[in-house]
Amino acid sequence: MLASGLTDFVGDALDLQVQVDAIGLGAVFALMAVGIGLVFGVMRLVNFAYGQLIMAGAFALAYASDRDWPVGVGIALCFAVVLALSLAMERVVFRPLRTQSAAVMLIATFAVAFLLQSIALLWFGPLGKTASSLVQLNRPVEIGGAEIRKITIVAIVTAVICLVLLVALLNRTSIGLHMRASAIDSQTARLLGVRANLVSTVSVLIAGALAAVVAVMLTVQFPTVTPTFALQETILVLAGVVVGGMTRLLSATLGGFFIGYVSGLLGGALPSAQSQYLPSLVFGLVILVLLVRPDGLFTRGRGLVERV
Amino acid sequence: MTLDVRELEVAYGGVAAVRGLSLSVGPGEIVGLIGPNGAGKSTTLHAIMGLVGTRGGDVMLGDRSLRGRSPEAIARAGVSLVPEGRRLFAELTVEENLRLGLAARSGANGVEEDMAAVFELFPIVEEFRRRHAGALSGGQQQQLAIARALVAKPSILLLDEPSLGLAPTVVDLVFSTLRVISERGIGVLLVEQRAQRTVALADRTHVLANGELRLTLTPDDAADTDRMVAAYLS
Repeated sequence: MLASGLTDFVGDALDLQVQVDAIGLGAVFALMAVGIGLVFGVMRLVNFAYGQLIMAGAFALAYASDRDWPVGVGIALCFAVVLALSLAMERVVFRPLRTQSAAVMLIATFAVAFLLQSIALLWFGPLGKTASSLVQLNRPVEIGGAEIRKITIVAIVTAVICLVLLVALLNRTSIGLHMRASAIDSQTARLLGVRANLVSTVSVLIAGALAAVVAVMLTVQFPTVTPTFALQETILVLAGVVVGGMTRLLSATLGGFFIGYVSGLLGGALPSAQSQYLPSLVFGLVILVLLVRPDGLFTRGRGLVERV
Repeated sequence: MTLDVRELEVAYGGVAAVRGLSLSVGPGEIVGLIGPNGAGKSTTLHAIMGLVGTRGGDVMLGDRSLRGRSPEAIARAGVSLVPEGRRLFAELTVEENLRLGLAARSGANGVEEDMAAVFELFPIVEEFRRRHAGALSGGQQQQLAIARALVAKPSILLLDEPSLGLAPTVVDLVFSTLRVISERGIGVLLVEQRAQRTVALADRTHVLANGELRLTLTPDDAADTDRMVAAYLS
C-alpha cells in the first residue's frame, strides 16, 4: 500500500507538467528571493513587508481590472504603486533605523507589513477584489504531449530576463559595483565615497520592481486579491532565502527557487485529498535543512558582515 | 587644499581618546603622527573621516568644515583614507577595487590619465588587474590600497599604518612612493609605528600620547628619534 503510494507519488513528481509547473513556481519565488536578498545584502534588513508590496501591486491590478482599463495601464499602475510604496518605506522607516539592531529593524518591517495589511482591509474588505485582466494566460498550450499553462512559460521567461538584467546591472555598472561593495563591507565602501543612501534607494527600488513583476504573475494564477495576498508565499520565500543562505544573493535566489520548486513538486504530486499536508511537509523540510546546514544549503559557511 | 584639525576632542563612552589636538597638512606636505598604542592616532584619522563623532573642535578642508559630515561626503570633498589592514574587497578583482576608488570623484574627467599615473607608480596593480584582490600578497595589497585611494584624486591622503606586517623591501617602496605622491601636490598625513623612518620622511612628525600632541620632530631629529621620544614619554 505504502510502496504503491510512493510509486504513484514519484511517478507524478516526474511528470513533465508537474515539473514545468514546479519550475514556474520556483521562478516566481526566485524573483521574490532576489528582492528580499538584495535589500538584506545592502542594508542587513529582513523585509518582512515584502509580501505586502506584492499585495499592494495586486490590488492596483484589481483596481484597473475593475474599471476595465487596458492591461498595460493596469501593469503600469501596479509598478507605480509598488515603487512609490517601496520608496516611502525606505525613506520613512528603513533609512532612519539603519543603524539600529537587526531585531529593531525586523520588528519595524513587521509593523509596516501589518499596517499595510490593515489599510488594505479597510479599503477593500476581507473578500478583496478580482484582478481578471490576464486570466487568459491560464489557458494551456501543448508542449511535448503535456499541457503547460501559458503563465508558467511567461513566469519562467520573465524570471530569466529579470535575473540576467540584474546580473548585468550588478557586474557591468558603477552603481552595481557600489551595491556589491556595500553588501561586502559598507563602511569601507562609504570611506571610498560610495553613497550609502543612493545604494539603499536603488536596492529598494529594484526589489520593488521585482515585487511588481511577481504581483502580475501571481494575480494571473490567483485572481482573487485579499489583504493576505502573497503572505504565505512570502513566508515560504523567507524560509527559502534562509535555507539557501542569506549572505549571498545567489544562494538566497537558489534558496527561493528551491523552496518554490519543492512546493510545486509536492503540490503537484500529492493526491488532492492530501494537499493539506503540503505546508507541514515544506516547513518540516526547512527545519531539517537548517539543522543540517545552518549557514544555508548553497553557501560555503560565511558569517554576516556589517550593514550600511 | 590644506587640512586643518583644530582643537579636536573625541571621546569613547565618556573616556577622552583625543584631547585638544591641532595639526595641519598643506598641499605637498608629509606630516607624520607617531606614538604608543592607544595614543589616539587612528581615532584622529577616524574623526577626520567622520567615522567617529567629535565632542569638540573642528576639521577644516580649505575653508569648509568637515565636522558632522558623512564618510562618503568627506571622501567626495577630497580626503582619502588608506585604512589599517587595507580593507580591500578580497572577492572583487583588482580592477573593481580600483574602480571603487573612483566613487569619490564627481565626474569621469581625467580618469584615464589618473589611472595611468597610478599604474606608473604601481605597475603590479596594472599587471594583476584581473585577479581577485584576495589573491595578492600583503605588499601587493598595500600598493592596491594606496592606488585605490589615489584614483579618487584626493587633496589629502590619510594612511593608517601602511607598513604594518610588510617585508622591509616593501616598506621601502611604500615610503618612497609617499614622497612621489607628495611631490604631486597631495598632502599626506601618515600614522605609523615606525617612528624613525616616519620622522626621516615627513616634513614634521607629531608625537601623540594619551590623546595629546606632546612633541613635534623634524627630519633633523631622525637619528635621535627613539631616544627623544622615549625620554619625552617617560
